[in-house]
Amino acid sequence: MRGAAAAAKAVDAAPALLSVEGLSVAFDGEHGPVRVVDDVSFTVAPGETVAIVGESGSGKSVTSLSLMRLVDYAGGRIVGGRIRFKGRDGRERDLATPPAESLTDMRGNDIAMVFQEPMTSLNPVFTIGDQIAEAVMLHQGLDRKAARDEALRMLEKVRIPEPARLLDRHPHQLSGGMRQRVMIAMALSCRPSLLIADEPTTALDVTIQAQILRLIRLLQDEMGMGVIFITHDMGVVAEVADRVVVMWRGRKVEEGTVERIFQAPQHPYTKALLSAVPKLGALRGQDLPVRFPLLVVDDAKAEAAPPAPPPVQDTVRAADAPLLEVRDLTTRFDVRKGIFGSLKARVHAVEKVSFAVRPGETLALVGESGCGKSTTGRTIMGLQSATSGTIRFDGVDTATLDSNGQAKLKEKIQYIFQDPFASLNPRMTVGFSVAEPMLVHDYVPTSKPGLSRRRAVEERVAELLTQVGLKPEHARRYPHEFSGGQRQRICIARALACDPKLIIADEAVAALDVSIQAQIVNLLMELQAKRGLSYLFISHDMAVVERVSHRVAVMYLGQIVELGPRRAVFENPQHPYTRRLMAAVPIADPSRRTRDLRLLTGEIPSPIRSIGDEPAVQPLVPVGEDHFVARHAVGGDF
Amino acid sequence: MLKYLVGRIAGILPVLLVISVFVFGFVHLLPGDPARLVAGPDATQRDVELVRQDLGLDQPLWVQYGRFLGNAVQGEFGRSMKSKRPVSQEIGERFMPTLYLTVVAMVWATLAGLLIGVASATRRGRWQDHVGMVVAVSGIAFPSFWLGLLMIDLFSVKLGWLPTSGYGTWQHYVMPSLTLGLGVAAVMARFTRSAFIEIAREDYVRTARAKGVPARLVVWKHTLRNALIPIITMVGLQFGFLLGGSIVVETVFSWPGLGRLLVDSVNYRDYTVIQAEILLFSLEFIIINLLVDVLYALANPEIRYS
Repeated sequence: MRGAAAAAKAVDAAPALLSVEGLSVAFDGEHGPVRVVDDVSFTVAPGETVAIVGESGSGKSVTSLSLMRLVDYAGGRIVGGRIRFKGRDGRERDLATPPAESLTDMRGNDIAMVFQEPMTSLNPVFTIGDQIAEAVMLHQGLDRKAARDEALRMLEKVRIPEPARLLDRHPHQLSGGMRQRVMIAMALSCRPSLLIADEPTTALDVTIQAQILRLIRLLQDEMGMGVIFITHDMGVVAEVADRVVVMWRGRKVEEGTVERIFQAPQHPYTKALLSAVPKLGALRGQDLPVRFPLLVVDDAKAEAAPPAPPPVQDTVRAADAPLLEVRDLTTRFDVRKGIFGSLKARVHAVEKVSFAVRPGETLALVGESGCGKSTTGRTIMGLQSATSGTIRFDGVDTATLDSNGQAKLKEKIQYIFQDPFASLNPRMTVGFSVAEPMLVHDYVPTSKPGLSRRRAVEERVAELLTQVGLKPEHARRYPHEFSGGQRQRICIARALACDPKLIIADEAVAALDVSIQAQIVNLLMELQAKRGLSYLFISHDMAVVERVSHRVAVMYLGQIVELGPRRAVFENPQHPYTRRLMAAVPIADPSRRTRDLRLLTGEIPSPIRSIGDEPAVQPLVPVGEDHFVARHAVGGDF
Repeated sequence: MLKYLVGRIAGILPVLLVISVFVFGFVHLLPGDPARLVAGPDATQRDVELVRQDLGLDQPLWVQYGRFLGNAVQGEFGRSMKSKRPVSQEIGERFMPTLYLTVVAMVWATLAGLLIGVASATRRGRWQDHVGMVVAVSGIAFPSFWLGLLMIDLFSVKLGWLPTSGYGTWQHYVMPSLTLGLGVAAVMARFTRSAFIEIAREDYVRTARAKGVPARLVVWKHTLRNALIPIITMVGLQFGFLLGGSIVVETVFSWPGLGRLLVDSVNYRDYTVIQAEILLFSLEFIIINLLVDVLYALANPEIRYS
């Protein structure tokens, strides 16, 4: 059922399992009802995968919630259209009209759903076994014992190791990837004919994402169900979809087979979206990073402006002394337990990490959750104290600095956090947030003579806001008036306030929509070209890293396993973990889809070790010009 | 779970010791000579010395504390200065009426509060919610002595259905427990409503709906089970306060409980009784806290295992 021909056949020949006709959904807003989904139509055939793609606010999630009428419980209501669904008995039903409560016999039975957040989607007070068995008991009328056996079979089906032991566990004892497997087991326990997966892998690490995507595809082939895949990730779309529905501002703007959408997008928004998607391998053969060739969709006309050729990022001043030098940095956390808080174990977050960042350079720290990349950044910033090792900034060992020097250091190293919603104080104006570092550090902006300090700071705030693409009058507004991308711009303006030399960007674009993400990446690169900034770019996203970085350090379990120029690491990866990480990244190109259905398993191991059990750290050995790799099996065991 | 329980109980002992030191020190921190206080204002110096020897007040402090602790463990607190009866007897007689009244009041108030709270939360913004919350706010605002007097006037004086005051049959419990529980029920209703609304927004409630769980079970199983976790804490706190004895309710209904004993003992400066009461109230709170923790762990597996 894969490929263009198969998809076309599915549409023509197979009678539709689900057909949505002119669906409109409204929510009550302050000024009357707001249409969040407007006249959306599409069909899903048995065995077919339809991806609904869009960014935040496109209405894709609301559409998915409407199909089972879950939207009624979230404050929305269907104001138009039909949702025709063919049940197992062959009868067709319109799900849009009956009261939401009357559909319980169908939910979880004919249509099932998997949600984005595995960490919060399972009920914390019930065991895994009970939660899976509940649906089976409700819909199949089995008794407790039989339902439990069925739950066990489902856990085996989603390839959970030692499923029998898992039945009596509670959700908090499982990792995110495991929980998502449990969610899938639960969703498929009644063999639904349609599975709706709403961003099922967005919260997961790439290697875990690859496992879950393959699992869903395998089970789909086994059970012959239709799948609706809601996602913002074009890489995932290219990997899984037969057909694609592109949504923008509550409307369907384009629909087609996955090949057609990727090769010949028609609507300007689809074109813009595709231009913003970071594609792993896009810079093959180039030494230096390059900005995204961005198409901009004009809000009013939905017309794309032609892209200017993106400039090459040749900013590294290699002859100068390194700005930041980290040597044998180790950060460990003690795990204490019991009444007397005795030391039970240690988290080996960062182990003997060494690297340097040159002026004007972007060094990327990449790795999956728990690899120690954020702790490294926080330790450099002084938010976390190092267990051992040295950090030299501008030639000075930071450990030797007095409190005055430490404060000065914090002025010259700035941090941008992942979540722009949480990192701005909602009670302070944007102008205050941007000015605050200058006030804290007693920083006097250089300005026209004769200005009072207050006026000078105000002018500087206006100038900073302009530089990050906002307007000076935005200074008087509050954070809730801005979108996620705008807030991240404000955070960048704040980071730039005291004229820093190094910016640590910790997953700074991870929470943003792709088009916004591309804009912010371009902004960071533009600022680097203008001001000669250095970046320590902490990220889990290999494709974004390929865009921005001059050099890359791959971290795994607290250690750097590979370090080298971007091109060398991406085109000639030496460490098995680097290769595994890259293989797991979904490629936004359906013609390069991995047909390999071999299931990947394995968890990301924990950096918690018992006392005295120190991890072995191998030195990095050169394998090419400026390219180093750790010669040991850490992370290569797969 | 057993390990958790043993750990919690072991943690109580040091707390109890600290409290006992305070209670012991209480008499010695009072202005004046305790021996003279006990002997009375008319006693001669000789009498005072006799009392001092009799009470062991001439011994070193740590010996006195040791004896106090030993006696306290056996429930022996000396005699009341007012009635000259053993303190344990005075308190023992008053404790059970207060405990019974508290339990009856807490049971109805908790159940009513939960029902009103859940009913309001599931019909949020509709008339049932507004009615429920108006009742709850009135319950908090209404003075309990006034309610008690109104009820006596109606049910005892006018209708003659219930006894005006006293303690003994089940009829005696009706009005005092209603009066005592009203405020608790109101607080519980508001608290349950907000806890429930918060939990109802959680992703796992949506998951429950998505797998076809009927509305009734979504409310009473998936949502309430999680909302219970903060509610348990609230019930424990309220229970502890009521166990101290309600002075107002006990006075209005002439209920022979701890609240009135406390007022009397403070009025007469009956220090031995006050001492025992402080120890009793502390012990009550500690035991309730322990119960809350156990219930908490039963309701919340994350606490059970960490």
